[in-house]
Amino acid sequence: MLSIRDLERIANRVRRHVVQTVHRVGVGHLGGALSATDILTVLYFHTMRIDPARPDWEDRDRFILSKGHACLALYAVMAERGYFPLEELATFDEVNSRLQGHPDMTATPGIDMSSGSLGQGLSTGVGMVLGAKLLGKSFHTYVMLGDGECQEGQVWEAAFVAARYKLDNLTAILDWNRLQQYGWHTPGDDDQVRQTPDETPAPKWQAFGWHTIELDGHNIGAIMMALQEAQGIKGKPTILIAHTVKGKGVSFMEGNYLWHSRAITNEQLAMALAELDG
Amino acid sequence: MTEEIALRDAFGNALAELGHQNKNVVVLDGDLANSTRVDIFADAHLGRFLEMGIAEQNMIGVAAGLAAVGLIPFVSTFAAFAATRDLDQVRVVVAQPKLNVKICGGYSGILTGRTGKTHQSVEDIAVFRAMPNMVVLAPGDAVETRQVIRAAAEYTGPMYIRLTRDPTPVIFGEDYRFEIGKGVVLRQGDDAAFISTGVQTIRTLEAADMLAAEGVSVYLLHLPTIKPLDEAAIVEAVRRTGCVVTSEDHSISGGLGGAVAETLAEQCPAPMRRIGLRDVFSESGPNEALLEKYRLTAGHIAAAAREVMALKQRL
Repeated sequence: MLSIRDLERIANRVRRHVVQTVHRVGVGHLGGALSATDILTVLYFHTMRIDPARPDWEDRDRFILSKGHACLALYAVMAERGYFPLEELATFDEVNSRLQGHPDMTATPGIDMSSGSLGQGLSTGVGMVLGAKLLGKSFHTYVMLGDGECQEGQVWEAAFVAARYKLDNLTAILDWNRLQQYGWHTPGDDDQVRQTPDETPAPKWQAFGWHTIELDGHNIGAIMMALQEAQGIKGKPTILIAHTVKGKGVSFMEGNYLWHSRAITNEQLAMALAELDG
Repeated sequence: MTEEIALRDAFGNALAELGHQNKNVVVLDGDLANSTRVDIFADAHLGRFLEMGIAEQNMIGVAAGLAAVGLIPFVSTFAAFAATRDLDQVRVVVAQPKLNVKICGGYSGILTGRTGKTHQSVEDIAVFRAMPNMVVLAPGDAVETRQVIRAAAEYTGPMYIRLTRDPTPVIFGEDYRFEIGKGVVLRQGDDAAFISTGVQTIRTLEAADMLAAEGVSVYLLHLPTIKPLDEAAIVEAVRRTGCVVTSEDHSISGGLGGAVAETLAEQCPAPMRRIGLRDVFSESGPNEALLEKYRLTAGHIAAAAREVMALKQRL
């Protein structure tokens, strides 16, 4: 059983892998990968019933990265967890690589569903949970969503159906970093302020019949507890509304929409790695 | 008097029967079950009938999730919605990962019970044909439909099945054996080839009979599978006859006509005419009036045959 400090160290290594990989390939979705890192670390190292040696184990818990562009963090967590060698992260985005630009379930062991076109992951999670019920299986399914992604109508189609079917083996996690790619620029506002204009996700999910849990998405202990609470909720699905910072861990990336997807220079890499020292 | 059975009834019954034989079969509905006739499955197997409401994009995603855990989902809605509204979902979580999802598009073509252009699909074959990893099927009658559903359950991979609403003649006997990817020669002849799909084959057979009465012998190839295309059968038909008319209740662009033209241009160029909607949507109306206005009748097919035969003579 790993301690909170252990998980924090793993998350730090994951962040280092993310910035190094983006630097190597030239460009990548940094911001949303860094905001998701702590949650992914807890899921893969503490909460989920999984076995990296048996990525197709029928009774495994499932995870769907609906915000698929953040896959660098997922790949790094999975490599640390043992799904494939850490060295393989260097092949990200190369031709014939097992690590595709967005999650590809046909290419990467341990990826439960392909994603990349936003808004689709929650639906596939609903399908897995419904399938589990029909098959008499008790595995849990986790779906991570982006907040910009929740602008897609399909997310709400899935939310409605999940509550209608009382899917309590479904837990969604909203990586609420309050930025997207280009954002909503209002004349007169600071040009750097491009926040996703949804200040109140919780009442929306509650209105759709979901149990909501708000938490600090960078507090390992809080994430552990929230996921545990979610497992105990019966008769309705749960969403964790994780307050996160886009670019978390690298000071010049934090809260800056320009780091949604960007190249990272040698200087910037050095600065980032110096900060990600712990 | 030829027996007439609606493909949607054959489809609903075949699914229900399949549900008895295979416990992994599940059916998803977009609030159209009593139109598409998956209500027959619901009556027989309510626990495996998943109402998804009027939300087709989510329905496809749910089907992908079900397939990913080992079930065999049949998704049912109208062809117009299946081929357009949820297309990104089909692309990303069905076709690209090759998940075992069967998409059943009811009310295809223009004979949709007077609903009008929004509910009529003239693009679904083109759309799914262009998508990699999709198998595209369009059965011609109730007998073939029943076999298509059984074949669908035995095939592992993404599939689109085109179905229709109204009662249509049964043309296949109980000894008929449908096979994915195989065309069926329904008439032998040397003067012209007809290549048709779906229930349009029935009007194409009528055209063949009309021409036979004039002393013209038509070779008729029915293609219930548009993808993968039975190229050998197409080439054989045109080698024997030297000219061809394709026939579909669908646009002339990108569907059966497009597929046949692509094959022949590469392997056996010949004079060709395409019967189908000429880059137009359809409209509300009774069936006979629509067939006449949009030039899908046996008379139109026969006229096209005379055109290509004349072209053949001139070459």
